[in-house]
Amino acid sequence: MTEPLIYELSSPGREGVKPPQLDVPESALPQDWLREDLPLPEVSEIDVVRHFLRLSQLNYAIDKGMYPLGSCTMKFNPKINEVTARLPGFTGVHPLQHPDIVQGALYVVYALQEYIKAIGGFAGVTLQPAAGAHGELVGVLIMRKYHLDRGEPQRDTILVPDSAHGTNPASTSMSGMRVVEIPSDARGNVDLDALRSQICDRVAGLMFTNPNTLGLFEEHMEEVINIVHSCGGLVYGDGANMNALMGIMRPGDAGIDVMHFNLHKTFSTPHGGGGPGCGAVGVAPHLVDYLPGPIVALDPDLSEDEDPYFIFHDPPKSIGRVKAFWGHFGIIVRAYTYIRMLGGEGLRRSAEHAVLNANYLLSRIKGVYPLPYDRICKHEFVVEGHFKDAPGVHALDIAKRLIDYGVHPPTNYFPLIVPEALMIEPTETESQQSLDNYADILLKIAEEALETPDLLHEAPHNTPVRRLDEVRAARNPVLRYEH
Amino acid sequence: MVYIPHTDAERQAMLADIGVENVEELFWDIPEKFRYPQLDLPEPLSEMETLQELQFLAGLNLNANTTPAFLGAGAYRHWVPSVVDYVISRGEFYTAYTPYQAEVSQGTLQAIFEYESMICDLTGMNVANASHYDGATAAAEAVIQAYNTFRKKRNKVVLAPTIHPHYRQVIHTYTQGMGLEIVGGDDPTTEIAQLIELVDEQTACLILQTPDFLGQMHDLTGLADAIHARGKDTQFVVITNPISLGLLKPPGDYGADIVLGEGQPLGLGLNFGGPYLGFYATRSQYARQMAGRLVGKTVDLEGKEGYVMTLTTREQHIRRDKATSNICSNQGLMALAATVYMAALGKHGLRKVAELNYHKAHYAAAAIDAVKGFSVVRRKPFFNEFVVRCPKPADEVNTFLIDGMESVEIIGGYDLGQDYPHLADHMLVAVTEMNSRHEIDLLVEALSAFDN
Amino acid sequence: MNDTNVRFLETHEWARREGNEIVIGITDYAQSTLSDIVYVELPEVGDTLDKGDQFGVVESVKAAADVYLPMSGKVVAVNAALEETPELVNQDALGEGWMLRLSPANPGEWDELLDAEAYQKVVEEEEAH
Repeated sequence: MTEPLIYELSSPGREGVKPPQLDVPESALPQDWLREDLPLPEVSEIDVVRHFLRLSQLNYAIDKGMYPLGSCTMKFNPKINEVTARLPGFTGVHPLQHPDIVQGALYVVYALQEYIKAIGGFAGVTLQPAAGAHGELVGVLIMRKYHLDRGEPQRDTILVPDSAHGTNPASTSMSGMRVVEIPSDARGNVDLDALRSQICDRVAGLMFTNPNTLGLFEEHMEEVINIVHSCGGLVYGDGANMNALMGIMRPGDAGIDVMHFNLHKTFSTPHGGGGPGCGAVGVAPHLVDYLPGPIVALDPDLSEDEDPYFIFHDPPKSIGRVKAFWGHFGIIVRAYTYIRMLGGEGLRRSAEHAVLNANYLLSRIKGVYPLPYDRICKHEFVVEGHFKDAPGVHALDIAKRLIDYGVHPPTNYFPLIVPEALMIEPTETESQQSLDNYADILLKIAEEALETPDLLHEAPHNTPVRRLDEVRAARNPVLRYEH
Repeated sequence: MVYIPHTDAERQAMLADIGVENVEELFWDIPEKFRYPQLDLPEPLSEMETLQELQFLAGLNLNANTTPAFLGAGAYRHWVPSVVDYVISRGEFYTAYTPYQAEVSQGTLQAIFEYESMICDLTGMNVANASHYDGATAAAEAVIQAYNTFRKKRNKVVLAPTIHPHYRQVIHTYTQGMGLEIVGGDDPTTEIAQLIELVDEQTACLILQTPDFLGQMHDLTGLADAIHARGKDTQFVVITNPISLGLLKPPGDYGADIVLGEGQPLGLGLNFGGPYLGFYATRSQYARQMAGRLVGKTVDLEGKEGYVMTLTTREQHIRRDKATSNICSNQGLMALAATVYMAALGKHGLRKVAELNYHKAHYAAAAIDAVKGFSVVRRKPFFNEFVVRCPKPADEVNTFLIDGMESVEIIGGYDLGQDYPHLADHMLVAVTEMNSRHEIDLLVEALSAFDN
Repeated sequence: MNDTNVRFLETHEWARREGNEIVIGITDYAQSTLSDIVYVELPEVGDTLDKGDQFGVVESVKAAADVYLPMSGKVVAVNAALEETPELVNQDALGEGWMLRLSPANPGEWDELLDAEAYQKVVEEEEAH
């Protein structure tokens, strides 16, 4: 049961919602500039409602069921966030209004900056970046500029573990730096010997994810940070996995110099089918001046103790603006709301339960699914999606078969260092029941892999469309509706 | 504990299955000196109290939707049809993830395909991506696309000085490690012909904006040919306003290689600056160099039509350090909002909205021009924004408009002195379909009362 | 395959001597690991490149592999058929799936390449992992 394209529902001459009537005299239109045709759909309002409602029903979502994508932190998206973000005093504010008339909005941004400082152990925070990758770009540019300012232009290299998310090396390249990959050791940590062998005065920094993409806490974290700092390099923390650490550890305490946070993962703001997010970046004291501006600050002259006045401030050695205006305010309001509802204690309990849930789910399936690193995991874990006695079955087949059971597959084929990887992150908002259901399904599929593997190879069976021909889509791309 | 469903009994049972005594044991590998810090955060509030706090904070802001307002400069006060929020409030859309598992994401994927199609229709181009963060970052990505098209061998970029200041700043930030030579200057009176003279065979692209930051419309006739000839295929990039495209011939029709801009006017609301939407379209032959996600149509194993993300090997999760860009999350839900907006208004509605903007802005400009002490700077045609020369600095006029009158509060235009010091007594005034005749007349009356 | 006019790189490219020119492509092993190829990015005729340079990219649905030049020289022709039909590389990697023809700058570099037997060993080692 598929849905026609909105264009296919059009009828020539049909009008949708109607703008108001013109209430001023007409001026002469610039005839030479006018377009001849505007080929947008011609549908009525009820067509729009039905079409998009039917489309929505073709989607799986967190609101429907468990969605344990590793490193995505698909936790419940609180509905109060949607209410506060839609308050007219927030939605109706133009970004360039004078600070006098937007103090409420400025306060929310300032407060969230302070909260992220507190949670991460940082001296400065910017909420300007629009996504995690955007935050990574900011982080690499900050490291680069810091070294240039100190008269060290030869530092052109960023070390990236082989388990890192693809955005790490991509962000490095975009900044004009070169990437050197560091392998992982047999226990899933950054290989210290390999790290030492790459250390030299060309190194600007290391991009470090902890817990790493295997869901494991780096056993030699302090040593790693020490090694990089001793050669004069900086350490960038990829905060995608912060859900395991809120209230458990502050990365800034451990010596992380700059770190991004994904508000749309750790801090419950919704994923939106692919954004919008917010990649807040926190920095240690020596990097505060390099943050992309403007950030929100207290006006030292106009503020009094009980009567703060907020303004925009440009850090003096800023790498420059990375986005128009101030950042994703609508997302900032949601994250602020979440932190106000949880407080420090609530955040810590969330991290604890995220880790509890992951270890529990792991304990239920680890006898059956090959486990590359048998350690207590943090908020996520990686198993291998293949079985000795079912040679034709791959992670992809298991993922597609999960869909037939009404749940969402985990992340496939990442991290690259584990063959047939299945990366599973349940999050703290799933109950034991929900986890047991998922575990039971995984175990059932493991049985099917041995007894009736075709069920997996041809899965999914019950979805509106079945496996799609991606080769055809790439060889002969059809990327728009042709009129 | 909010959002955590576990009972004590369940916790105990789970810990037992894992084989540990308590939750703390799961964090044995966190160095003890760092473990369990006291977070300096306020005590939690109930949902009721949280809402009250935020209502208070929201109440401290002056709402431009319910106050007469003439502020634009890259973000516009447009009417958002009710159907937009209805659709983006559906949990199946906003709590879904990036559509990696296509079979359970056909809603998101088809909506993106429709979005891409509509952006192509609007801009006159044949391939559009699923969005960038905003117009400014989209402009930076266009520079990168052009740079990659010439295999990193051309390092010069020409930027028109009337491109939005934030966009130019972002382009500089993004490219600071790429060794580029960015030219074009800061003089807003520079003519396009002068910019084209800067193009040579070392130039990767020339970027201009129309309507530009000062509201001026630029005639694109012949520019593509001139730029391509002078630079041996230097890319012609045009930044534009999507509402204006309801009325005006799109840059694609003039031969642009890349068309992009801020999609906020397409039903996203003001939201104090974000989240917004960078729309981006290019020619088919550049599809593989274009950053961002792409959705294409295909068939499933039973021959049924469906949609998938395609050409994904250019993206970060596959190409890593050689990716076209690092972009991962984009503005999915905002692209959906824009799609609903464009579908709901459609061919006829968007044209009408564009006309309303044009007529009201011209009515306002004529009336303001007639006020003693004020004059409209008319160097070129304009769409819905124009520059007004004031008898005193623009920020003084704005203070008067907000605070200086008994029972009237008006949010005035943008103080251009903030970006061009020699224009401190110039104000950028935007007029949209939301400015009723009454509001416009109120502004004119207020300006007449200024300084009298 | 005993054609002594074909030699290999460890990175799975082949080079075949045809008169004064070298024909270059990727091996059958390479195309099988990539699986369905959807796009091949090639250099331009007239480009001058060095041995070891990355001359293009071979894209499948799941991967994008860089391809490296076995010998230095000037590109005299590229296989235009691959634009419409990239799957030729899957079907006939050593024949119709050829990628470019080179006028070699350093004929001596031929001796540095792996012969069929040595290349076979490389493949066997990789398959063992």
